[in-house]
Amino acid sequence: MNFFFEVLVGGLLAGVMYSLVAIGFVLIYKASGVFNFAQGAMVLFAALTFVSLLERGVPFWLCFLMTLAVMIVLALGIERWVLAPLANRSPITLFMATLGLSYVIEGLAQLLWGAQVHGLELGIKDEPFIIGGIFLSQFDLFAAGIALSLVIILSIFFNKTQIGLSLRAVADDTLAALAVGIRLPKVWVIVWSVAGFVGLVAGLLWGARVGVQFSLSLIVLKALPVLIIGGFTSIEGAIVGGLIVGASEKLAEVYLGSVIGGGIENWFPYVLALGFLLIRPAGLFGEQAIERV
Amino acid sequence: MQQRFKTLSALAAAVISSTLTVNTAQAGSNEQYFPLQSYRIGPYAAGGTGFFGGFIDYLQNVNAKGGVNGVKLTWSECETEYIVEKGVECYERLKTGLNGAPAAATNPLSVGIAYATLERSTNDKLPLITINHGRTDSTDGSVFPYVFPLQLNPYSEVSAIINYIAQQAGGLDKLKGKKIVTLYHGSPYGQETNPIIDLLAKKYGFESTTIEVPHPGNEQQSQWLNIRRIQPDWVILRGWGVMNPVALKTAQKTGFPVDHIIGNIWSNSEEDAAPAGDAAKGFISITTHPSGTAFPVLQEIKKTVVDAGTTNLSDPKRFGTVYYNLGVVNGILNVEAVRLAQEKFGKTPLTGEQVQWGFEHLNIDDARLKDLGAEGLLQKLKLSCSDHEGGGAVRFQQWDGTQWKVISDWVQADRALLRPIIEESAQKYAKEKGITPRDCSKEL
Repeated sequence: MNFFFEVLVGGLLAGVMYSLVAIGFVLIYKASGVFNFAQGAMVLFAALTFVSLLERGVPFWLCFLMTLAVMIVLALGIERWVLAPLANRSPITLFMATLGLSYVIEGLAQLLWGAQVHGLELGIKDEPFIIGGIFLSQFDLFAAGIALSLVIILSIFFNKTQIGLSLRAVADDTLAALAVGIRLPKVWVIVWSVAGFVGLVAGLLWGARVGVQFSLSLIVLKALPVLIIGGFTSIEGAIVGGLIVGASEKLAEVYLGSVIGGGIENWFPYVLALGFLLIRPAGLFGEQAIERV
Repeated sequence: MQQRFKTLSALAAAVISSTLTVNTAQAGSNEQYFPLQSYRIGPYAAGGTGFFGGFIDYLQNVNAKGGVNGVKLTWSECETEYIVEKGVECYERLKTGLNGAPAAATNPLSVGIAYATLERSTNDKLPLITINHGRTDSTDGSVFPYVFPLQLNPYSEVSAIINYIAQQAGGLDKLKGKKIVTLYHGSPYGQETNPIIDLLAKKYGFESTTIEVPHPGNEQQSQWLNIRRIQPDWVILRGWGVMNPVALKTAQKTGFPVDHIIGNIWSNSEEDAAPAGDAAKGFISITTHPSGTAFPVLQEIKKTVVDAGTTNLSDPKRFGTVYYNLGVVNGILNVEAVRLAQEKFGKTPLTGEQVQWGFEHLNIDDARLKDLGAEGLLQKLKLSCSDHEGGGAVRFQQWDGTQWKVISDWVQADRALLRPIIEESAQKYAKEKGITPRDCSKEL
């Protein structure tokens, strides 16, 4: 039974890491209705920029601020050259644009900082400690704490600040928001910058875990089922979705994998997500779209 | 500033080369051409830039000394991004040579691309070099005349690892009752050795468990919890790319001793260990080509290429790393094949068919290793019509937190045990494809 709980807890903590990436998607989708496929590339770009600056002797916090500034510049560029020219286009057009954008950002990251793999130490040990016979990782608990903090900060940002309310207004009804004087370009830059910040945090945690390398951009594949299960518009949903995906894939790999063959944890969350799509298409916390037909 | 410019230039060239072929040397009729299906962008760029950097630097070094008997070497790159379709497209684009310089051999450094171009290489009579990787049964040159898994095929690799574990235990008879887990990448490459480890388990009486890590392997919690439940004596890590540092980190997280993990040939670079930080300290892996710059051939390259500012590496700090040195070793073997073939066919640029003869007659003994300045960098190698691997030995190295240290002498695979399995598989392939195997006893 101890082993079961160990797998479960390990899965829940891994799920938090998926949630970190998923939150970036939610931010942009919530504020602009765009499914930003480039979020993974942004995670890579942010982590690679950070670690490259760090290796050049720049102090840790200055690296963080400089990388954040770079992500804001990137957001400005995306608004200017991608989103503005495509304003009022269909969601699928914007999705395709972000798909292309992901390749551009990946290429840009490697062009600027090279293709080398980098190690990243955040000063948090990943050695296990044992509680009730269960191995727990300090690093995973730290990541969970960061994710929880992000959820609280972003919830306050969206619900209690003027800018946050503007973002929600644009998401609810773009034309009505424009009519009351909300400037769409400004909103887009802010939301992409915040997504860049989340990407940076996710990139640092994932980078410390797996090394800063190209495969960071592939972690979007882990975030997709999280979004489907939790809902595309809910930050809390991203957390709950992450926990469900993390726990279920680990338990499936250990207990189901031994019966039907190993290596199932990549596709198992998608099967689960498919089930959710059939039963609850908007996800657990997503907003139900009601349209007049 | 100059370094930064070089980095940007190299990467820009790599991006452009995804649609264009970039000629990096003067072409001409008295030149031997090497078509390079390289990858400098994408998820495996770290390996590609190191390997092709070493390969090209060695070719430059040979040219600096006048070429191979006066025949200069030329090359061009085509970016594959490690994608099979692009690799095939590059093969087709480059196979006919360059401005009259005939192609010597292809070296895609990719199992997928190698599989996809295997039949084409045979039909085009152009050697396909899969150093330390590729299809194991292509060791049997009677069925695969144009394919060369030089130095080490996957079966030899796992056999040598088991022999090393036996050495640590005090002999092969001491393997009985031991538990060995193989953690493998979820791909044909990763699965290739599973039947052999099972076979060795039966022969020596150890308990074998194989556990798959789905690609790309950036999450391995459940696999390592399973390993902890099994409590093996050793874990063989058959990884690739990000899977390697994640395995080491997760092993630490679940309390498995990292000095009882043995990485295979694609888990043995600085890029595999360093990103794991302290978790990698003590990690053991096999190697056919240790890192380091003290080898005379490396010193020569340093003098003629690196110090001259013409190294292909965008970051010269990578000089002497594992991937770079593998590229140098690959360069040595390719050039030696050309040199040998020239002795038979004349000191002029040769066709792929002629270079194939050179590969098949490679005989790198101690004296030749000394001449090449590659003692300790490269193992003795003798190829033949029936044996396209030639070596089958590895050394073991251990990560000390910053670099690899070699900790063993050459450990030989049990090639006699593996040979019937290789032949059986090759014969099956021949039957499927309607190939009549060559009679190697008649080949000179």
